[in-house]
Amino acid sequence: MNMLSILTKGNISLEVYNAFATGTVNVEEIGIVAIIIGAIFVNNVVLSQFLGICPFLGVSSKVNTSLGMGMAVTFVMALASIVTWCLQRYILVPFGIEFMQTIVFILVIAALVQMVEIVLKKVSPALYQALGIFLPLITTNCAVLGVAILMIQKDMDLFTGVIYSVATALGFALALVLFAGIRERLEVEDVPAAFRGVPIALITAGLLAMAFMGFANVVPLP
Amino acid sequence: MGKLQLITRGILKENPTFALILGMCPTLGVTSTAINGMGMGVATMAVLILSNMAISLIKNLIPSKVRIPAFIVVIASFVTIIGMLIKAYLPALDASLGVFIPLIVVNCIILGRAEAFASKNGVFDSALDGVGIGLGFTLSLTVIGAVREVLGSGAIFGFSFAADVMPLLFILAPGGFLVLGYLMVVFNKIAKR
Repeated sequence: MNMLSILTKGNISLEVYNAFATGTVNVEEIGIVAIIIGAIFVNNVVLSQFLGICPFLGVSSKVNTSLGMGMAVTFVMALASIVTWCLQRYILVPFGIEFMQTIVFILVIAALVQMVEIVLKKVSPALYQALGIFLPLITTNCAVLGVAILMIQKDMDLFTGVIYSVATALGFALALVLFAGIRERLEVEDVPAAFRGVPIALITAGLLAMAFMGFANVVPLP
Repeated sequence: MGKLQLITRGILKENPTFALILGMCPTLGVTSTAINGMGMGVATMAVLILSNMAISLIKNLIPSKVRIPAFIVVIASFVTIIGMLIKAYLPALDASLGVFIPLIVVNCIILGRAEAFASKNGVFDSALDGVGIGLGFTLSLTVIGAVREVLGSGAIFGFSFAADVMPLLFILAPGGFLVLGYLMVVFNKIAKR
């Protein structure tokens, strides 16, 4: 399967692509490197899974702020994935209350973001300066909750899950920074009035997503 | 504001997708077919109406400092209930919406309406507001889904008319961005007139 055959609908059916993209491949079989490359490039969280679109469209007008946001998301996502995995494994499952997953996870993530903000302010003012303004925005970043849930759904162990969530966050940062670079150029272009703002950003994102489809088939996906 | 206006303004003037640009993740993530878009829209509308009503009922009991976490708990409870109902009665929809059902909880439309409307208005008005904004969201998602389905798989609402000749690209990720972008341009043109 190459990009051209996907674009022109040659011999590949949607079912094949979906099985490939949503992962029927066993994690243990494919190894850590494949998970990392898969989460960053092949199944990019923003450009192919549609998670975290709001910050992607909202914060990505400057390369510098995108870098800050990307770092903040990576930090929180790694922490959140550890905490939610442990909660699921040692509290929700033993007590048979898996249906509480959504409520518990969102509260934990919201509390965690607050805590990270408070701790950073005390411990590392420099890091707080760099990440501070992005932290409150992360609670509503559905990529964080999404990855926490996907990790459980894909039945990953803690180590694999943390690798997966950090790689996903790096993919988010990569997409954000690339997109910001394009948008900085777009600012000075003469865009038709009806296209200005979000529409041209979405169309640009579409082209970027198309470029990322070129990574399809590089590695099997978790 | 009239009762009818509460319902109609969500459809065009305050359309959550095209005018307010909220809830982009499910808008792009589940609209590969019209049915999926509609299912997501209705599920979100149900959560929106229920959470709007509940929050409007308990608005005087919540201290304003912790209102956002309280709203999130209310919303998350309804999302869990709706998710269980979908899983029990519509397993096919559950499979195609996947992780986006629990993610309704972080849809900014719902928290936005709780904060901006339900925490300041009565139960009946809040329910109507939920219906209006929910209808607008459902309508947008259905339209996006229908366009992508027609362009990408040559079908509409599952009825295939031109299978195997349309570019698959439109039901894949890039098509979602492109279709939403161009539909927004059309909406801007109409709204400005």
